[in-house]
Amino acid sequence: MSPSTVLVTGASRFIGGHLAARLAADPGIDRVIALDTTPPRPELSRWLGRAEVVTVDLRNPLIAKVIADARVDTVVHASMIAAARTGGSRDVLKQVSVLGTMQLLAACQRSKTVTQLVVKSTGAVYGASSRDQAVFTEGDEANEIPASGYVKDVVDVEGYLRGFIRRRPDVDVTVLRFANVIGPRIDTVLSRYFALRIVPTVLGYDGRLQLLHEEDALTVLERATRVRLPGVFNIGGDGVLLVSQAIRRAGGIAVPVPGPVVGTVARLLRAARSVDYSPDYVRFLSFGRVLDITRLRTEFGFTPRWTTVQAFDDYVRARALRPAIDPVWVTTAQRCTLGLAAQLR
Amino acid sequence: MIPLPGRTGEAAQAQLAAPAEPRWYRELSNLLAFARRRMNGEYAVDQFGFDPDLADHVLLPLLRPLYRTWFRVQTTGVDHLPATGGALVVANHSGTLPVDALMTAIAVHEEHPAGRHLRMLGADVVFRIPVLGSLARKSGQTLACVPDAERLLNSGELVGVWPEGFKGLGKRYRDRYKLQRFGQGGFVSAALRTRTIIIPCAIVGAEEIYPMIGDVKPLARLLGTPYFPVTPLFPLLGPLGMVPLPSKWYIEFGEPVRTDAYEPGAADDPALVFNLTDQIRETIQQTLHRLLIHRQHPFFG
Repeated sequence: MSPSTVLVTGASRFIGGHLAARLAADPGIDRVIALDTTPPRPELSRWLGRAEVVTVDLRNPLIAKVIADARVDTVVHASMIAAARTGGSRDVLKQVSVLGTMQLLAACQRSKTVTQLVVKSTGAVYGASSRDQAVFTEGDEANEIPASGYVKDVVDVEGYLRGFIRRRPDVDVTVLRFANVIGPRIDTVLSRYFALRIVPTVLGYDGRLQLLHEEDALTVLERATRVRLPGVFNIGGDGVLLVSQAIRRAGGIAVPVPGPVVGTVARLLRAARSVDYSPDYVRFLSFGRVLDITRLRTEFGFTPRWTTVQAFDDYVRARALRPAIDPVWVTTAQRCTLGLAAQLR
Repeated sequence: MIPLPGRTGEAAQAQLAAPAEPRWYRELSNLLAFARRRMNGEYAVDQFGFDPDLADHVLLPLLRPLYRTWFRVQTTGVDHLPATGGALVVANHSGTLPVDALMTAIAVHEEHPAGRHLRMLGADVVFRIPVLGSLARKSGQTLACVPDAERLLNSGELVGVWPEGFKGLGKRYRDRYKLQRFGQGGFVSAALRTRTIIIPCAIVGAEEIYPMIGDVKPLARLLGTPYFPVTPLFPLLGPLGMVPLPSKWYIEFGEPVRTDAYEPGAADDPALVFNLTDQIRETIQQTLHRLLIHRQHPFFG
């Protein structure tokens, strides 16, 4: 059964906006309602086509009315987690993501038309610590949940989701736990971090990164919306990059800073201010996070087209990030030294 | 400088560096290629953070002299290690610092024709310590927990485990070569569940590198370590006291114990798991006694 009226949250952001655009381009879907607190930027609105843009705060009870009036049958919650960004204080973010999700779930619970809910969650729900197993499967839980912050919010929100699933067993709920999304166009904490030329890193630690290409992220959400696949799925590319290795591939220069003061030091660098150095993020950079994607392949029926390394390289290419020392020079230096040595031999 | 044709790729370099090339030239060429790979981030790391490029070119070469010259390790029974596929190496633990684990990894890599990497399971403390933790992951270690052990064994890796943990590592010198309790048999159930063989391994020599005669408990609590060792030279001689004593080492890999004959679900039978754990523990203890009789002097062999 293909959805007929879809509501997509987070439409002013990359994932939500482009997902709404993809769904709007499908004549099989009657209506696409693209929702967000702020209207999408003009370049994104162009893509949205026939999708109806509704500017409303998720925390506003009006959301229930939107769902009832349009007889929405499928809700795609793409703005469950607003990762810390510059501009908004943590408190505001928490309000938007946690309270917004609660409000949306309340509206879905009372709705008689909603039969499917797709939620874009994140692998951050597993946390990041030295006591973690190397790879997380869907059944695992965070070993250490901080008292507050991003990870705590995600864990809370997934808790509300479980409550919703219990109360409305008739609604098919798909929870997609994404690895960090990267690509040519998307703007995330990580994409800003690796674009730095001088990159403050956590001294003595080197996290393992698993990345997901933005196109794969959209394809997964689109598939979850069209095909009913209830359950929890980890989504991420194959393979791993270390933070230090990614910085080298992006051509930055890593400056190791002791973990507790990394945020303070980063604030001294003007460019690094656009990057988040919350305790959650420092832990993530220190230990990293890898998700097991077996269930994505077997049950969800999708294999990411980009590996972690390919996704990262695609991002580096598109942003035209230039290494501090040109690789051509490195190769030339290598060749010259060898040539010199050959003369000596 | 005109580069010679075909000298760009590493394979081409290796080919050019045929017998005619002097050894130093070949090594220089390898070193430069390594430096370039590191600078550009062109190397592969697995899910556990294992970096074979770094292990093969930096970590193992650094440890090799310790293995060959300092401890003069004599390794036997490497033919019991499979050339491919998963297997679990279970060994005794001693020596205050886990040097025995590193030497076992060298023994596996150097003495076995397949040159396999031993994937070691380490305590969580290791991964909490800066530098050491990330080096441990890069050298192929991961956290000693059931999911990681099974994941490694299922992907056909050679896994090393030291079930005595800190009880073995931090025991007094007077208790040397007395095997401590073997955890809860988690390693046996992991092997049973993945149907991989278990290879008992006995290490003689590690007990004498830092003979622990005392333990300053308050300092250990302060530092958050399991113990604070006092050896004849440490902390008396300060950093110099951290040089391991050059004991004579023997490592023996024993007869593999097969786990595929048990029916599925055997891993959930505690009695069976205890028996198998005891059997392996007993094998290691007996091998230790035999090797000790063979070794006449702790330092001269």
